[in-house]
Amino acid sequence: MDLVQPGFGLVFWTAITFLILLFILRKFAWRPILGAVSEREESIKSALQSAEEAKKEMQNLQADNERILKEARAERDALLKEARELKDGIISDAKEQAKAEGDKMLKQAQAAIESEKKAAVAEIKAQVATLSVDIAEKVIKEELSDKTKQLKLVEDMLGDIKLN
Amino acid sequence: MQISTFKKVFLGLLLALPLATFASDESDTKADKKFDPNEMIMHHVKDAHEFHIIDNKDKPISIPLPIILWTDNGLVSFMSSEFHHDDEGKVVVEKEGSRFVKYHEKIFQLEEGATALLFDEKHNPTNASKPLDFSITRNVFMMWVSVLVLLFIFISAARVYKKSDSKVPTGIAGFVEPLIVFVRDEIARPMIGEHKYKKYMPYLLTIFFFIWINNIFGLIPILNGANLSGNIAFTLTLAVFTFIITTFSGNKNYWKHIFWMPGVPVPMKLFLMPIELIGIFTKPISLMIRLFANITAGHIIILALMSLIFIFETVWVSPISVLFSLFITVIEIVVTAIQAYIFTILSALYFGMATEEEHH
Repeated sequence: MDLVQPGFGLVFWTAITFLILLFILRKFAWRPILGAVSEREESIKSALQSAEEAKKEMQNLQADNERILKEARAERDALLKEARELKDGIISDAKEQAKAEGDKMLKQAQAAIESEKKAAVAEIKAQVATLSVDIAEKVIKEELSDKTKQLKLVEDMLGDIKLN
Repeated sequence: MQISTFKKVFLGLLLALPLATFASDESDTKADKKFDPNEMIMHHVKDAHEFHIIDNKDKPISIPLPIILWTDNGLVSFMSSEFHHDDEGKVVVEKEGSRFVKYHEKIFQLEEGATALLFDEKHNPTNASKPLDFSITRNVFMMWVSVLVLLFIFISAARVYKKSDSKVPTGIAGFVEPLIVFVRDEIARPMIGEHKYKKYMPYLLTIFFFIWINNIFGLIPILNGANLSGNIAFTLTLAVFTFIITTFSGNKNYWKHIFWMPGVPVPMKLFLMPIELIGIFTKPISLMIRLFANITAGHIIILALMSLIFIFETVWVSPISVLFSLFITVIEIVVTAIQAYIFTILSALYFGMATEEEHH
């Protein structure tokens, strides 16, 4: 059957036509089209990449900011804490010092009072002694003007001694 | 609404068809010839020297095409209209001292002194020789039309990219680009590999679109089924190109796999060598036969379904014929793309096998 017998003429023309078509299309169609397509793909790829990079940079920046903020906050906290400690120290020191000073003053005062008291008591004792001698002198002078009274006194005193 | 439109079309078809059969009945009785579906189908499927469009009252209307012959006396050329639509070897055309007849779409050169074609019992001409026929036949003509269409489509698509700086595909480039990217990303890249596919892209793209457009052209009825991609000469040529490229791009690894298969024992190597050697040739042959058979079979089915009307000689077969051939035609439209795809992907696969590097 000549359905499956390739005709020489058609083979010839197909080969020539195909080669010419291949040559022309390669030069004027496939190369520009494929070039443009791959160029566009490249540009898309690089755009995506740079976007990705920018995003990463942004993230880095943000992380940096966060870190700096954190550091600043920590520093502030540390400063505050230090200040508070310092304040507390100063206050307690002052308190202690004041207390010690007060105590010292109190002690001095007490000592002064004590010595004053002693002096006063001594003076009173001396005064009382002179007074009582004076009184006793006068009383005795009075009492001893009468004989009976003298005797009674002696008796009383003797009675007292007995009781003792 | 839709149903009523469909009914109208259907009724119109039914009403129109009897007229058609009437006309053909008339011409049949005039020519006193019984309808031969085999002859009709073969006439449509095979190549022809003139572009036969339609019969008008038994007079064929056709576009004459040039006949170019390489004879002993050199190149002879004349228009096919000089045969006056004769295909039975009755009209003799005399050119440059030689006499030619056309018999069953073949040009014969009559021997000296002979005035008519004589046959032996097997219907082989006895007094004529066949000169080399370089005629611009129906298929060659349609091939050139398809080439012009392809050039127009792709060169204007390429111009879109040149014009626009942004390289954004607009217009025809927007239609063409996905197809080109498909060939690149679904055929060339996976089959050949990332590093080598670029070299084969022009061939793969050209072959894909060349086959596809000719498959489509074969389906257009008014072109009378110029069945180029269903012609074995066409598929043979393309398969030979694939074969040549495969063979010449075969690297050491490829030939080693054919002649001395690595990784198998020696008797197996000896056993595989002839098989692989035959395989070199069966691959392109399968390409050739697959395309030829698929496209030709589709045409034959459609024509055979249409022939049913004339075989049964009743109009009541026509709805079945029309519906079934419509169905087959829709399938054929899918097949046009699938066969172009298969031819291209298998070519790419063979190139990939030929250039594959050793990695055991």
